[in-house]
Amino acid sequence: MSQLHALLTNMLEQGFLFSFLGLGVLLTFRFFRFPDLTAEGSYPLGGAVAATLLVNGMNPFLATALAVLAGAAAGMATALVHTKLRINNIISGIIVMTALYTVNLRVMGRANISLLSASSIVGEVATALQRLGIPAREDALLTIVVTAVLILFVGLALIAFLHTDLGLAIRATGENETMIRSLGVNTDTTKLIGLAISNGAIALSGALVAQNHGFADIGMGIGILVTGAAAVLIGEAIFGDRSIERWVISAVVGVLIYRLLVALALRVGFEPVDLRLITAALLLGALAVPQLRGRILRR
Amino acid sequence: MLNLRHIVKTFLRGTPNQMTALAELSLEMREGDFITVIGSNGAGKSTLLRIISGLIDPDSGRVELDGRDITREPVWRRAAVVGRIAQDPQESTCAVMTIAENLAMAAKRGQPRGLRRAVTPAAAERFRAALAQVGLGLEGRLETRVGTLSGGQRQAVALLMATLAHPRLLLLDEHLANLDPKTGEAVMQMTARLIEANRLATIMVTHNMQEAIRWGNRLVMMHEGRIILDVEGAAKAALTVQGLIDKFHEASRGDLIDDRMLLTR
Repeated sequence: MSQLHALLTNMLEQGFLFSFLGLGVLLTFRFFRFPDLTAEGSYPLGGAVAATLLVNGMNPFLATALAVLAGAAAGMATALVHTKLRINNIISGIIVMTALYTVNLRVMGRANISLLSASSIVGEVATALQRLGIPAREDALLTIVVTAVLILFVGLALIAFLHTDLGLAIRATGENETMIRSLGVNTDTTKLIGLAISNGAIALSGALVAQNHGFADIGMGIGILVTGAAAVLIGEAIFGDRSIERWVISAVVGVLIYRLLVALALRVGFEPVDLRLITAALLLGALAVPQLRGRILRR
Repeated sequence: MLNLRHIVKTFLRGTPNQMTALAELSLEMREGDFITVIGSNGAGKSTLLRIISGLIDPDSGRVELDGRDITREPVWRRAAVVGRIAQDPQESTCAVMTIAENLAMAAKRGQPRGLRRAVTPAAAERFRAALAQVGLGLEGRLETRVGTLSGGQRQAVALLMATLAHPRLLLLDEHLANLDPKTGEAVMQMTARLIEANRLATIMVTHNMQEAIRWGNRLVMMHEGRIILDVEGAAKAALTVQGLIDKFHEASRGDLIDDRMLLTR
């Protein structure tokens, strides 16, 4: 029982922290239909910016917000390389990802920053609650509550945004660029906005994870795009449908399930060094299962 | 209103497969003109429409709209004035989005797009009324994804999308070609109604000579990137399919009407 409890707590805590990554990858991978490798740089950028500002004593909310803006700027850089220089979108992402490695090192000044003595968003909330006379600690439960509120807010905002005139234009940019351009939309702009939102969300995950894990590290972004894609695909394999609401929910649920599967794998004896292999296997499974299912059903 | 001056467009220039799609083509279109365009395969009909809409740039020549040079304006800048429907229904609509969302995108044709909800109840009501006029029973299916519709229904939605925000110019690139004859006739009737109601200047490319004679006030025949026949009014009304074939022989100086012509009687 307590094992199950620990497993679920871990799933929700780590899952909600990474859920913004799921939303960010959903935007590029599903709506723009390309794997945006900028994520591998914008995720640690979020962590690096937040960590550097936090060790310098900045308010965690402000530090996290600036980390999001840094991530958005990274996404805009990729969009500009792609649209203004007409370089393939995947290559554009790789170029910016590579440049960000140096940027992240410069931001941090070294390869990793410990945040054990720095404040965090969850810590701030705990302090505020204590001041109100509510006994609260910076623990897994409070982390789950804070991140759940945040993902609810961000998820609803994203859904509302994708139903606006601008949101429709951004969705159509990935689906039928010729059509939406013929309707008067400069798709250079919609790509800029879409990639900014995507990488802003990914940087938010980076900033939150750094605060939760107690450090930011230059290598924390390696394989992060595959993680996000695996989560999006797992969610899709379950929910299938393509309405915006279901798509956003399935990305978040996909991240939760991904974290659960990872936690389970660690519990049955795999070690942290095996994680990437497990992630690759999960991604492969999420891609292969719908195909195999279709083939079997047709028989 | 629309003035094309000496438009030249060559594809695959400098390769053995070089193909001149448009060779010094000039065309002047007046307010309210409904021009039907026919011609052999590779005559440059589609290229002509794509250049007018801004999807491709000409090698040389000018495109003028109401006296304004728009030759180098990208397609999205011309959207407020030019609506185009392609042969393939996939091209003019967005399959994964709903009918209402597609129409909402089209309703904002050429306008800045902000953070207002796209499909408001008022907008939905407007779309429903527009769809009801089409008569394909789509008015009750605003939330249906366009990808699940039949080809004819998709072209009908595309037609509404092209005309909803009142462009000045409607370009139809064989928009009936993928439809069965009955559906094609229904969509064409609807096209004519919308052109009439909105007083749209229209260019309709077709491979069907009868349709070309039947619709519009002016008929243009193209061959190898040039206009070889341009008739209007009474002269156009008097045209027959045989007459068109004879004219084609005459103007193309003996080129045989073989399978390259691909005109349907």
